[in-house]
Amino acid sequence: METYTAMRHFADSWGLLAMALFFVGVIFFTLRPGGKASADRAAHIPLKED
Amino acid sequence: MSLMDKHQFIERNATLLLVGSLLVVSIGGIVEIAPLFYLENTIEKVEGMRPYSPLELAGRNIYIREGCYACHSQMIRPFRDEVERYGHYSLAAESMYDHPFQWGSKRTGPDLARVGDRYSNEWHVQHLTDPRSVVPESVMPSYAFLKETNLKVTDATMELTANSRVGVPYTEEMLTSAKADLEAQANPDADTSGLLERYPKAKVGNFDGDPARLTEMDALVAYLQVLGTLVDFSTYDDATGYR
Amino acid sequence: MNNTITIGGLVAGAFLALLGAGFAHDDLFAAHMWVLFFCLAISTVVVVRRVDFSGAGRASSRDDQSGYFDEVIRYGTIATVFWGVVGFLVGVFVALQLAFPVLNLEPFLTLGRVRPLHTSAVIFAFGGNALIATSFYVVQRTSRARLFGGGLAWFVFWGYQLFIVMAATGYLLGITQGKEYAEPEWYVDIWLTIVWVAYLLVFLGTILKRKEPHIYVANWFYLAFIVTIAMLHIVNNLAVPVSFLGVKSYSAFAGVQDALTQWWYGHNAVGFFLTAGFLGMMYYFVPKQAERPVYSYRLSIIHFWALIFMYIWAGPHHLHYTALPDWAQTLGMVFSIMLWMPSWGGMINGLMTLSGAWDKIRTDPIMRMMVMAIAFYGMSTFEGPMMSVKAVNSLSHYTDWTIGHVHSGALGWVGMISFGSVYFLVPKLWGRKRLYSLAMVNWHFWLATLGIVVYAAVMWVAGIQQGLMWREYDDQGFLVYSFAETVSAMFPYYLLRALGGAMYLAGGIIMAFNVTMTILGHEREERLPGQASANLQPAE
Repeated sequence: METYTAMRHFADSWGLLAMALFFVGVIFFTLRPGGKASADRAAHIPLKED
Repeated sequence: MSLMDKHQFIERNATLLLVGSLLVVSIGGIVEIAPLFYLENTIEKVEGMRPYSPLELAGRNIYIREGCYACHSQMIRPFRDEVERYGHYSLAAESMYDHPFQWGSKRTGPDLARVGDRYSNEWHVQHLTDPRSVVPESVMPSYAFLKETNLKVTDATMELTANSRVGVPYTEEMLTSAKADLEAQANPDADTSGLLERYPKAKVGNFDGDPARLTEMDALVAYLQVLGTLVDFSTYDDATGYR
Repeated sequence: MNNTITIGGLVAGAFLALLGAGFAHDDLFAAHMWVLFFCLAISTVVVVRRVDFSGAGRASSRDDQSGYFDEVIRYGTIATVFWGVVGFLVGVFVALQLAFPVLNLEPFLTLGRVRPLHTSAVIFAFGGNALIATSFYVVQRTSRARLFGGGLAWFVFWGYQLFIVMAATGYLLGITQGKEYAEPEWYVDIWLTIVWVAYLLVFLGTILKRKEPHIYVANWFYLAFIVTIAMLHIVNNLAVPVSFLGVKSYSAFAGVQDALTQWWYGHNAVGFFLTAGFLGMMYYFVPKQAERPVYSYRLSIIHFWALIFMYIWAGPHHLHYTALPDWAQTLGMVFSIMLWMPSWGGMINGLMTLSGAWDKIRTDPIMRMMVMAIAFYGMSTFEGPMMSVKAVNSLSHYTDWTIGHVHSGALGWVGMISFGSVYFLVPKLWGRKRLYSLAMVNWHFWLATLGIVVYAAVMWVAGIQQGLMWREYDDQGFLVYSFAETVSAMFPYYLLRALGGAMYLAGGIIMAFNVTMTILGHEREERLPGQASANLQPAE
């Protein structure tokens, strides 16, 4: 089970770190100040017309 | 700034959104499910497991057809009360030939993983015909019609062949003698030595109390009676088998 | 839709069904093919009778080609209401079967066969039609484009109804794969795959030809739902049929692998069919009904990616303490607990959309329904992670607690948000000023809410009692209760559960009446109950 153990170690360390960082990155990216205007525009799409 | 516009690009590109979503939802499945197929210790090595005999398989198909899994589990968890109530906790190996698995998710009725050999054939027939005549508290439906319905297996060999296509190790001999084995198992006068050699520990004889007919009741009881009886726990070591 | 192709397809299908019935490998396949034949034959007659032979025929199409394609959505809305009532009715019947086993009418109406009928009717027939209808509505409005593919949307709708009929009749005949929520056999699965690909084409095609630069977030949820369900459906239903003219197939997977594949499917049927799809509904209809944009659009983006990423891992929590390897169980538990966060993020986002308009909960029964839906979403997405903790699961698993949890999500979240959307849609789709009766919506709301509360509370008590009785030891170290004793202890709960379900069904019937009267163009003279003192008008 060499491959399994190796992958397990990877998943528990660098893999986990990479996923966590990616997630934090996504949050920061979504909440970046520059995105506010376009998000507001998008939020009004349903209210535009019927 | 160009990087900052990337998500906006995704938000405006339907194909990218589609591919991105598909990628994101694939990761979990790949990481969790794929290893089960190649990790050797997913299924422990045990002695005694064998494919179902043609009659047991027909009975299993009736079990599936009637939706028994909606109320009965076949998976004993390693808790003191469950082990005392139902027997040794279930091993992965014990369902290795189950296409599909029938572990269930609800116990409106008791677990059936080791119901084999616990009751007599007569008890099973009576219980399936009129559950409340033997267990007054039971809320199980009556399955009296099984005793009146002749077992119809159009082609036993084809059933086994389909199973072998999905990985059940039926031998050439098992395939060719499928029809004969199907009939012999429930016939008290038949020569079952070949059958028992191919399918050790199979229960043979008349199951439903009507030796003249091969009914769906015969098949279902044959299946119930083999459940959980195959693995030899005297040679099984809990410690090494533990995953 | 091009009638020649339709009729040709129907006749060819009916002919093939007849051949299938004639050369069937087993009796069940023959019976099922006769069902198919009659469905297609009747459809052919209906379509032929509706062909317009005057002049060019197709030019006199009812829908304006430049406007939105709403006729199929009208059908879908009616189908939603119809299958909803059917599904609830079957549910009450199953509940009563558990209390009074004499109601099991062998061989066709035993619990084992009726239970998948109930689950499929509510999940796939009611929920599926609600999703298809609303997704077609939402994608057109938020893209400002007509539905892509012309008649293909009709194929999706009718093809899906055929799938429902084939699945339902199959269950009663005893045709099942024996995998929960994936019971239809291989040939019905193949048909659903074809319909689903057409659905994806219509939906994606509409997004691609949109006039709005941005893809609104509701469409993301719908899209993820469609794509993921396709993936889950195909993988979990991989099987080898015994004969191409027979019903029986054997799953490609066995035992532990089959179990995890099944619950990867089963849990994400909840996650993507019953959650992501209906979140799409929430992100459109709640802002519409509240007449204000979603609380935080950026939160909805995080909600989306986090939800779809985490949900897919949670399946193994259905297999705690089983023969599934421990590492997979732990992974499932961890992700299930993490899932709590995006779920509540979505809940907060939905609820806070009302900030500044909280009075609508008091004045607008449709809004109240949607808010209750979100509240139940929050409740069951808290209960779910809790039950996925192994220690809790050791008690709750195999008991009625699970059934209670499923129903607080299904009746509370899925049902209520669908009802709210239907009530929003019906006046719009049929050009009515308002619903026939808002007082009836109010009645529906209270019947449904109280029904769920009764149902869930009873099942909590039942489940926990069941779990404790199974594991209770006396001083001598013997198990106190036989299994049969724990069964008879459930009787009062099963009775009350049926009562809760009946209340929910009664609400559904009121909705069906209300919707029918609205479609027929009636308006009931009324004043909204509880609003006597305030001089406020209902929002619609």
